[in-house]
Amino acid sequence: MSQATVAKTGKSKPPSPWKPAKPNKKLNNPNAVLSLNGRWGYLFTAPFFVMFLIFGLAPIVYSVYIAFFNWDALGTQEFIGMANFTELVADDRFWNALVNTLDIWLLSTIPMLIMSIGLAAILHNPSLRGSTFWRTILLVPNITSVLAIAIVFGQLFGRDFGMINIIIGALGFEHVDFIQGTTSSHIAIAAMIVWRWTGYNALIFLAAMLAIPGELYESASLDGANKWKQFLYVTLPSLRNTITFVLIVGTIGGLQVFAEPLILGGSYNGGDSGQFSTLTLFLFDQAFVAYKWGYAAAIGIMITFIVAIVSIINFFITRKLAGDGK
Amino acid sequence: MSNALAKEQTLPRPPKNKTPKWQKMSFMGYFALVLVTFLSVFPFYWMFIVASNGTEEISKIPPTLVPGPRFFTVISHVYEVLPQFNQALLNTVYVGTIVAVAQVFFSAIAGFAFAKLNFRGQRYMVLFVILTMMLPSQLGIIPLFMLIGWAGWIDTLLALIVPALVTAFGVFWMRQVIDAQVPNELLESASIDGAGVFRAYWSIVLPIIRQSSFVLGLFSFLATWNDFLWPLLVLNTPENFTAQVAVNQLKSSYAIDYALNMGGAFLSTAPLLVLFIFVGRRLVRGVMDGAVKG
Repeated sequence: MSQATVAKTGKSKPPSPWKPAKPNKKLNNPNAVLSLNGRWGYLFTAPFFVMFLIFGLAPIVYSVYIAFFNWDALGTQEFIGMANFTELVADDRFWNALVNTLDIWLLSTIPMLIMSIGLAAILHNPSLRGSTFWRTILLVPNITSVLAIAIVFGQLFGRDFGMINIIIGALGFEHVDFIQGTTSSHIAIAAMIVWRWTGYNALIFLAAMLAIPGELYESASLDGANKWKQFLYVTLPSLRNTITFVLIVGTIGGLQVFAEPLILGGSYNGGDSGQFSTLTLFLFDQAFVAYKWGYAAAIGIMITFIVAIVSIINFFITRKLAGDGK
Repeated sequence: MSNALAKEQTLPRPPKNKTPKWQKMSFMGYFALVLVTFLSVFPFYWMFIVASNGTEEISKIPPTLVPGPRFFTVISHVYEVLPQFNQALLNTVYVGTIVAVAQVFFSAIAGFAFAKLNFRGQRYMVLFVILTMMLPSQLGIIPLFMLIGWAGWIDTLLALIVPALVTAFGVFWMRQVIDAQVPNELLESASIDGAGVFRAYWSIVLPIIRQSSFVLGLFSFLATWNDFLWPLLVLNTPENFTAQVAVNQLKSSYAIDYALNMGGAFLSTAPLLVLFIFVGRRLVRGVMDGAVKG
């Protein structure tokens, strides 16, 4: 079968019986098992596509539609063209939420990336004892609910009796009102995100490090590279794709952050003066407190654009930083 | 479990006596790991400390760092404020189990088709699945809310179950797993022996992907258990609450009663921690198997 198809499309040489035929470019799936009847594929993927169409795609398309309407929960449906978007661009709350979101994202992403790569490097050490135990512990923060953790962190960051302020006080400094301040509340939220995702990402990086061929390290150490140089010139460049992946996934999640600020502030406002209001929190506020569905849908579309732009920027920056080996 | 062990032992590691000097674990390395372990576990410990001491004991300097005697008082207070708390836990288990089983089933058959079958449009369908994973999940939340209302599912558990039956992530993950773990030769020889697509899936693919399916199911279960905003939006009566909504209800009933809140948080977290003791290692393997390498 595969020989026949290669012969049909092949221009240069006849298929050799000794070498496996190259995958046919014309196949829809080059890795498929051709002796199985491919048409069943439609049936097998149908449940996913039908369900996703109804509960995933249709709402998204409809959301784009209502973004062009003055549409509220009570039944008003009036086409207003781009008015939601022009109003949004002039809305201070939107810009405030955007700045807060980006700030929280930066404050969480950079420390998390550095710490998770560092942890992975420690776990990558072949002479580490109890590696299964350490790996398992790293995943514990990731399985708990944001709600439970936000309650604990909210208390730990409390102004008067929070553990963190007690330590700050014991060191001789003034207590910090984490929730009321802008940057300080962002730090508290970022801390929750870092706590939750550092271990998880460390495992991702560890898996990538274990896939690096050992010869690379051997030849590097023969060339006299010490531990740090090996990390810098062997490990890091090999992690390029993984860093990009972690950054993009982290961006998609990080720019939609809402559960932590929602619980920390107890409302969709994001603090008394909106000091930690985020884009998604603003969306929910407009959708389910103000019931301005058209306006909220427009916010959702803006979030999508922002996520796309930041992901693309991330993609190119990591390529550059991690030494694009062409 | 035994599979996990076997895999663990085959990890490439040089014999101990040959370890070059630069590879020795430093004291700082262990110190960092101990510190991270402490930071990872402390919030859970603190949850219990506050829940067992009461808010007053915590509101002093320096605060108590050991468990107190009031744990059961606080827990019974939780049940006073929200008598349906057990119902909420049961609801969560119910929803989580259905969602996990459905996601594994639908993801595995679709993932199998995408990995091993050749049909027209296959490539574009896979691309479509990957692209949908990039979309912010909140983008369609308002129309979804309208749709659920139109179906009459507001304030029912169906509102949580039906939209969660399939995910693009699950399908993509299963495609990767089946592609990596099921050799084409096995499927080819089965079909030469006369097995059709169903038979090949049932007797060859399924036994191989059992471990990974279990991991995907666990992740779906955990995600459902911890989902917070959507249940909060669609559920109104305490009989239908999930654990997260129930905990949140404690928060809004009183100003800030930390002991009460952390008691609820503890009740909603403890089942997961117990589950984790049994399945943690497999989850770790699942995360690492699914990682983008290189």
